Amino acid sequence: MSAKAILEADGKAILNYHLTRAPVIKPTPLPASATHNPPAKLASIHFEDGDDVNGVLDAAEATFPFLLVPGSKFVAKPDQLIKRRGKSGLLKLNATWQEAKEWIAARANKVQKVEHVEGALRNFLVEPFVPHPQETEYYININSVREGDWILFYHEGGVDVGDVDEKAEKLLIPVDLSQYPSNDEIAKGLLSKVPKGVHNVLIDFISRLYAVYVDCQFTYLEINPLVAIPNKDVTAAEVHFLDLAAKIDQTAEFECGSKWAIARAPAALGIPVAASKVGGSGGKVQIDVGPPMEFPAPFGREMSKEEAYIAEMDAKTGASLKLTILNGQGRIWTLVAGGGASVVYADAIASAGYASELANYGEYSGAPTETQTFHYARTVFDLMMRAPMNPDGKVLFIGGGIANFTNVASTFKGVIRALREVAPLLLEHKVQIWVRRAGPNYQEGLRNIKAVGKELGLSMHVFGPEMHVSGIVPLALVPGRMNDSIKEFDA
Amino acid sequence: MPAERLPNFTHLRDTSMAPSAVNGTNGVSSTPGMNGSTDGGLSANDNIQRFAAPSRPLSPQPLHTLFHPKTRCFVYGLQARAVQGMLDFDFICKRKTPSVAGIIYTFGGQFVQKMYWGTSETLLPVYQSTEKAISKHSDVDCVVNFASSRSVYQSTMELLEYPQIKSIAIIAEGVPERRAREIAHAARKKGVTIIGPATVGGIKPGAFKIGNTGGMMDNIVASKLYRKGSVGYVSKSGGMSNELNNIIANTTDGVYEGIAIGGDRYPGTTFIDHIMRYQQDPDCKILVLLGEVGGVEEYRVVEAVKNGTITKPVVAWAIGTVASMLKTEVQFGHAGSFANSQLETAAMKNKTMKDAGIYVPDTFEDLPALLAEVFQAEVKKGGIRPAAEPAVPKIPMDYNWAQELGLIRKPAAFISTISDDRGQELLYAGIPITDVFKEDIGIGGVMSLLWFRRRLPDWAGKFLEMVLMLTADHGPAVSGAMNTIITTRAGKDLISSLVAGLLTIGSRFGGALDGAAEEFTRAYDKGLSPRDFVDTMRKENKLIPGIGHRVKSRNNPDMRVTLVKEFVHTHFPSTKLLDYALAVETVTTSKKDNLILNVDGCIAVSFVDLLRNSGAFSAEEAEQYLENGVLNGLFVLGRSIGLIAHHLDQKRLRTSLYRHPWDDITYMLPELSKGGAPGNEGRIEVDIK
Repeated sequence: MSAKAILEADGKAILNYHLTRAPVIKPTPLPASATHNPPAKLASIHFEDGDDVNGVLDAAEATFPFLLVPGSKFVAKPDQLIKRRGKSGLLKLNATWQEAKEWIAARANKVQKVEHVEGALRNFLVEPFVPHPQETEYYININSVREGDWILFYHEGGVDVGDVDEKAEKLLIPVDLSQYPSNDEIAKGLLSKVPKGVHNVLIDFISRLYAVYVDCQFTYLEINPLVAIPNKDVTAAEVHFLDLAAKIDQTAEFECGSKWAIARAPAALGIPVAASKVGGSGGKVQIDVGPPMEFPAPFGREMSKEEAYIAEMDAKTGASLKLTILNGQGRIWTLVAGGGASVVYADAIASAGYASELANYGEYSGAPTETQTFHYARTVFDLMMRAPMNPDGKVLFIGGGIANFTNVASTFKGVIRALREVAPLLLEHKVQIWVRRAGPNYQEGLRNIKAVGKELGLSMHVFGPEMHVSGIVPLALVPGRMNDSIKEFDA
Repeated sequence: MPAERLPNFTHLRDTSMAPSAVNGTNGVSSTPGMNGSTDGGLSANDNIQRFAAPSRPLSPQPLHTLFHPKTRCFVYGLQARAVQGMLDFDFICKRKTPSVAGIIYTFGGQFVQKMYWGTSETLLPVYQSTEKAISKHSDVDCVVNFASSRSVYQSTMELLEYPQIKSIAIIAEGVPERRAREIAHAARKKGVTIIGPATVGGIKPGAFKIGNTGGMMDNIVASKLYRKGSVGYVSKSGGMSNELNNIIANTTDGVYEGIAIGGDRYPGTTFIDHIMRYQQDPDCKILVLLGEVGGVEEYRVVEAVKNGTITKPVVAWAIGTVASMLKTEVQFGHAGSFANSQLETAAMKNKTMKDAGIYVPDTFEDLPALLAEVFQAEVKKGGIRPAAEPAVPKIPMDYNWAQELGLIRKPAAFISTISDDRGQELLYAGIPITDVFKEDIGIGGVMSLLWFRRRLPDWAGKFLEMVLMLTADHGPAVSGAMNTIITTRAGKDLISSLVAGLLTIGSRFGGALDGAAEEFTRAYDKGLSPRDFVDTMRKENKLIPGIGHRVKSRNNPDMRVTLVKEFVHTHFPSTKLLDYALAVETVTTSKKDNLILNVDGCIAVSFVDLLRNSGAFSAEEAEQYLENGVLNGLFVLGRSIGLIAHHLDQKRLRTSLYRHPWDDITYMLPELSKGGAPGNEGRIEVDIK
């Protein structure tokens, strides 16, 4: 639970819906628009492995009627939190629907390398192409810091905007919104390089954009280019956000969930009722008007079956169970209790020079039951045995800090059960096991695991609180560190 | 070694009963009459300690002192375990009064909370409103706020309205960042120290412990937190603060104070706030900082070291160095542990801190050795004079924990052998509820699990269900249904109406099942031939239960009986008693056509066949079940279906209160000295002289 990136389509839908609805913090120079924005034209098209790509594209036509309006031109791009798509050739501009379709079909479900990350392209966004003069392209960015929210504005937006930290004008909106700047201050702070004529239009837009940022609890919002084409008498502007990246605060779901949902409801996206199941509401009763917000995994980090399984278990209990596979072929595996301790273990493995061999990051904490621990441990062991055998064997850290209230003996029972199940494989894969744990009843937990290690003939070293939390990592990985003067747990 | 640590307790405290909320008046001193239970002549009241408010205001503490041995706080939220942990800590620190003055719990009525004070007990007041709590305790200046992430903003903002409150610890995880920033901003304006959100809190050895900091008392004693040392630390992670306590206890003279600022992006106070307090506090000699990837707050400490504001030695490390070495972004446990720029990486922080002259180890694993070095240097310089080690305090151990460790036992007051709701899944006689459905064992299967603690063959379950179906109802005119109907019409609820009907079940109504089973079984076991049995019963002027029907006869058979007979003959491995009863029927119907084996009789003898001859019960068990009234149980269970139906039916029809017509009752009141026929003798006057 934290600030999380959202899909471009979702970000745009939220802006489109709430720009005229979110309460502005101070009156803007322009009167409030009498009408709300028309439904956003955002065709978000998703592919799963094994989907009939053309079938999905045909279905999209029914869901998003605007795609079939004759003479329309579109922009097509993957919508998967990929940065700098234009530079990676992942942007199709000024295309007919037929051309866009072909462009997507050639890429959907295919693995693509973007900078140094590889991943399958699964989610595309198609929206109307907006022809506009170059001088109407702006850059705007709002981001949150401890003291408030920074607004960055630059009058020459676009793909080649360059180093905005350097160039853009900046204005800090303090946490206490009663200190919100006046329209003059906004103009002075952000628009000094923009012709006076469009000031009012831009101040109005910036104020409304910031209102949405606050009302929908964004933590980051970048639009580049932002296109604002004023009307003749400069009393309003046609605004387009051509490219958008945003993060929202997942923890604010209880305050903003309904606002996020309604902006993405079929009605807000112009999806005909009959086809609205593509919009995610296929007859299922939802808690809000509209689908719950989705937080996509970063590009190239699709959840594996095992990660999804652990995530599901995590969601169902009060305990915390986390698993991220960093390198399924890796030699070094961790089964660590505690959020802080798990990071410390990863650090230690990396600083011993094994970052590339580190197979997983994860943790279990919050007093999971014996059964939950068992399933968690078994999942990790199972993955470990699937990694190819290595002449040097593998290393497994069963680590953890000093527990607060968790009965160590009881969670270790789950680990021990899983160890017993895979014992022959552990020997076959030459797995060295290093254990460190402390906290309530650790003595019995360590005694039990040590006894099982002996019984099953496993290569195992066991330590208690006398050992530094991650002290076993250099002992295991740095040659010569382990010696006879280092005393193992003995009971 | 474990043997030395574990039984380090003098008395056991029974947590199975307490701490528990006790209804009573709101206040520490006035709770007479609430001690219902007495034990061995001792009133429970005798073991309760009460603490009076301080007689005079405490002298003000220096600004850098957040907590001291007389700190008093409120705990916001009904967190009995955390409060108990705090009181236990107070007790082993030899505090004279508990650190918790009261609990604020807006959902409850006014009551008090019973807690342990060492091995005796004390009562903590529970307030429904912050205002009330504040008005009663002028000595409180700290609040440990356990409110949820949803409500913590509102409650903290309310607490900030009271100038008496100087520090608030916010425990909740998942407070929206915007709200956390607003809290931090408002608190700063008012000079209030916020610890958290998303933290375990902090600890000042020998003085005060926030909530669950430090974990179980075992940990606290192991890290010597019952007395002060001279190392102050600030950590981002609450979990790692246990490690720091351990490291500091092992390598130095111990912890002076430790604060976990919390893992969120916008903690209310950050490293520099606490490091500066430690710098100003003459008793704190060495500063330890445990930072993390994400945020830039560590740099403010770097700044202060560089410009000479901080002069005491600082040992520091930022965890999360791995993040920059991974190919993809990984969100670590904490919401704030995410690097948005090079500056926020742990590697850069460690490097910058080291460059500024802070003691930064090469790896976190090297931190203990480095800290020990810095400490020894300080001792040598004379800056630190390690104090004499006090005796290790004894900790009372909670009953539940001792039991979990297998150190103690006590006889249980109750035993149950049929179901268990404690585990992951509800168990019926050991079978998980999902299997009950997967195997589709039906009501009959569930009955056999719960009534007989065994999985009977499918035909037996089917037979039980058949009995329930057959006995479910027998029309509105029978006494049970009548009672239910009349009760319903008197406006009573479902349970009362059902019970009114059930209470008629006994030897006369519905009891034929039991009676039939008993008589037929006895005759069969005695070896009486069916004819002898009928003759014996006649000689004793007894009706044979289970024989006879008002209208049905051999030629006009009762279909219910036919169904049961067919089923039993098809499925039961043995039908000895049913066959015996059918032979009895041959005898009785030869006397009178309607003296057939009726449905009660048929069910009863078949059931005995099931118990005795299915192989699932020993002879003894079969006898036991019959004796314990299992047949009545079957009838009660089945007929409940019908009685509920009659109740619902009457409700549906909205029938009014029933009053029996006079003309349907014969009134025969006695008159004095007017003898009459037997049964109508008139009133009898008793004249005792």
